[in-house]
Amino acid sequence: MHCGMCLPTCPTYDTTKRERNSPRGRIALMRAIAEDELPVTREFADEMSYCLGCLACQTACPAGVDYATLFETARADIEQARINPSPTRGFYRFVTLHLLFIHPRLLRVFGKLLRFYQTSGAETLVRKLHLTRLLPANLRRLEPQTPRISEKFSNELIAPLEQPATDPVKHRVALLTGCIQDIAFSEINRDTADVLLANSCEVHTPPVQPCCGSIHSHNGETELARDVARRLINLIPPEKFDAIITNAGGCGSHLRHYTHLLEDDPDYSSRARLWDQKIQDIHEFLAKIQIRPPTAAPFDDETKVTYHDSCHLTHGQKVTLQPRQIIDLIPGLKRVELPEANWCCGSAGVYSITQPEQATLLLNRKVEKIQSTGATHLLTANPGCHLQIQNAMPALKVIHPISVLAQAYRNESISLN
Amino acid sequence: MLEKLTDLLGKENVLTAPEDLIPYSFDGTATFRVMPAAVAFPRTTEQVSACVKLACETNTPIITRGSGTGLSGGTVPSEGAVILCLVHMTEIIAVDPANLTLRAQSGAITLKIDEAAAVHGLFYPPDPGSMKISTIGGNVAENSGGLRGLKYGVTRDYVMALTVVLTDGTIATFGNACVKDVAGYSMKDLFIGSEGTLGIITEVLLKLLPRPAARRTMLATFASMEAAAETVSAIIAARIIPCTLEFLDQMTIRCVEDYTKMGLPTECAALLLIETDGHPAAVADEADKMAAIARSHGALEFSTAANEAESLRLASARRSAFSALARVRPTTILEDVTVPRSHLAEMVTFIAKTAADYKLTVGTFGHMGDGNLHPTFLTDERNADEMHRVHLALDAIVTKTLSLGGTITGEHGVGLAKKPWLRQQLGDASLNLMLQLKQTLDPRNLLNPGKIFN
Ligand SMILES: Cc1cc2nc3c(=O)[nH]c(=O)nc-3n(C[C@H](O)[C@H](O)[C@H](O)COP(=O)(O)OP(=O)(O)OC[C@H]3O[C@@H](n4cnc5c(N)ncnc54)[C@H](O)[C@@H]3O)c2cc1C
Ligand code: SF4
Repeated sequence: MHCGMCLPTCPTYDTTKRERNSPRGRIALMRAIAEDELPVTREFADEMSYCLGCLACQTACPAGVDYATLFETARADIEQARINPSPTRGFYRFVTLHLLFIHPRLLRVFGKLLRFYQTSGAETLVRKLHLTRLLPANLRRLEPQTPRISEKFSNELIAPLEQPATDPVKHRVALLTGCIQDIAFSEINRDTADVLLANSCEVHTPPVQPCCGSIHSHNGETELARDVARRLINLIPPEKFDAIITNAGGCGSHLRHYTHLLEDDPDYSSRARLWDQKIQDIHEFLAKIQIRPPTAAPFDDETKVTYHDSCHLTHGQKVTLQPRQIIDLIPGLKRVELPEANWCCGSAGVYSITQPEQATLLLNRKVEKIQSTGATHLLTANPGCHLQIQNAMPALKVIHPISVLAQAYRNESISLN
Repeated sequence: MLEKLTDLLGKENVLTAPEDLIPYSFDGTATFRVMPAAVAFPRTTEQVSACVKLACETNTPIITRGSGTGLSGGTVPSEGAVILCLVHMTEIIAVDPANLTLRAQSGAITLKIDEAAAVHGLFYPPDPGSMKISTIGGNVAENSGGLRGLKYGVTRDYVMALTVVLTDGTIATFGNACVKDVAGYSMKDLFIGSEGTLGIITEVLLKLLPRPAARRTMLATFASMEAAAETVSAIIAARIIPCTLEFLDQMTIRCVEDYTKMGLPTECAALLLIETDGHPAAVADEADKMAAIARSHGALEFSTAANEAESLRLASARRSAFSALARVRPTTILEDVTVPRSHLAEMVTFIAKTAADYKLTVGTFGHMGDGNLHPTFLTDERNADEMHRVHLALDAIVTKTLSLGGTITGEHGVGLAKKPWLRQQLGDASLNLMLQLKQTLDPRNLLNPGKIFN
């Protein structure tokens, strides 16, 4: 099937109007490679790196084409064909994919160093002396975008086991803390735990969690992705919980597909299937268990908010209504619908480093739409979007819907006092 | 040729790398694939004209392409051909509310045209299933229909004037903004539905209507396909012309439900999607009458969309029907047969029987109010034996259609896919006249050669 229904939803096709920059075109190239009509070429590698992997095509495709899997397979083929070798690229890939995003403790040490750099005045000094000039061009562009590292990481904020204060336990859940979320947005993890507690959940949060493997899969490192998946299943046995909760769109999208990743592993295939059933996005879970509506407002004044769909929450996980329903339950918020809410903001993992031009184009388009709503607060549920949009719009308050909800719950006790 | 083309349009507007060309070797039609020599992106009528002149000088065949959603292989290249892709010519030049017209470049997207009209409270009715991405040029070249064809007609009914680049590069305009015009032959009508074989349409002037004040969308389910078909015939016979009467059989309903997860009734044998629009009182009256007719023809259930959002969801679910059928098997061979509406039940029964006879899986849906059915064989092009049976089944369906006074294609065009049956339908006199016309307007056979006829 090559009907073209995906074309109008593809941000790169929308930019260039060239078929090869569309899902239909990319799939045609993959097919040509599979049928030995085309070798894995440099141009093909470029094309696959131009693809955002936003998966908007998957939502649009009536035929149910699994673009995510095709995309990851293509990237793995490209890695195998060694199309992209360069010493610096190899070094960065090794540090990120093989070290930092495999060993959570190392990532945290790295995070602490970065935090020290940011808070000790060293960063200001480096910027003043223009030492960032020493960085390669791509990284230099990105340097101001480095996330502010949280003062405390998730394990310092959340106990391994927490019980609801007064209510009887209705659900036993595990909370995934993520990588970037853990070191840059650990408060969101705390807020998620609080919201779960407020909804009668017993919350298990293993203090040291490996990365979910999405970054590895996305970059063609399938074996590493399998490895971390197995480790995560060992750490959080799916049979022990009613649900395993994720609060970052990008992770959740990958976390739900362990079945496919581990289908050839006899020791893990059935547990992977169970795992996929248990993984739930926090908004989805709350809607399912019938969330308790908060009775207090999170902010002092009535606040105009809008909601941006992260690609991997909306296209990867098909969670679109629930976050809006939750926002609409919170007193004191006036939600206006964001035009093109589910159009990619250009963050897309490392895309803003590898494809700065297209990323900027998308970001500008997003900014324009956000401005058109007149909202003072933008709610979104993915660290990548969060950083990308916050950097472009410093005056805007960017915040996770669950953090707003947590604040509302917290204010309940204040208003009681 | 390629060098001159690059000089003309700039390097970024001429593609020649294999990675760039492979995605242009096919369109929305299954099984046809041929590589073009190059793809060029002109931006203005003048550039199109210059490209055509170049092609003339170098004897290079030209394939005009919009968004490549065609379902008869109309944009599949011939050997050595250059594709002129008009997707950058998207400007909606003007909406004229005083004369109820809209002028656009031919690469403008169908949906955007209706949206531009809506800003002025106006309406561009033809809405092919592909309207989110199809171009108006492609619509005109195929004379596309849509979900509202029953009441509002097809693309042809809305074309007032065309700017066309002829095969020698001449730029000609046919028609004007007048409601009436009998000055000479209606040349614009010759180019509507000409499938890129007579000239390249670069600009269109379209007729608009006032936007209907109200509409109501309904679903009726049936225990048999014949009951659904008879309901359609009965509604027409009762002199009701709703805007939409769409049919989906069980296979199609299940595929669409699999995609949309909107809770469609997957247990019934067939459903009708019915829509009436216009003055609120007329809408209510027509809706009641159709409900009664459906019930007396054995409708299991009859429900009405609660609001505008649900209406839109239902229509968009119907639009996904063809693509959704690919969930079952990878290759979807789709028919476009159309019969006089009193024969619908007979045709539907015949299709089901033919599929069973040839041991094939079929999903049938279509614009039933127009008598236009899309039986879609769900198959795998790698299975030669099955493909052979598909061909035999197609042959049988075409023969039956023609015996009922029908046509082999109601809206997708002949292209490559329906070419084998054209003479059977038209007969020699009619076909020979068409060939003469083609010979006169494109003597060197450079415009979309091999399409419609050889
Ligand atoms: C999911 C799906 C649903 C569809 N539903 C419908 C439907 O409901 N009704 C219907 O009628 N069709 C339908 N179609 C078929 C198709 O979308 C239409 O034929 C549409 O008009 C094609 O537009 P396009 O821009 O993609 O044209 P293309 O496929 O690019 O071209 C189609 C033909 O027109 C010629 N052409 C294109 N532009 C020009 C031009 N400017 N000047 C001269 N010739 C030109 C081409 O050479 C080719 O022969 C559907 C297709 C799909 C995939
Ligand atoms: S990916 Fe899906 S929507 Fe896109 S062309 Fe293929 S079948 Fe159609």
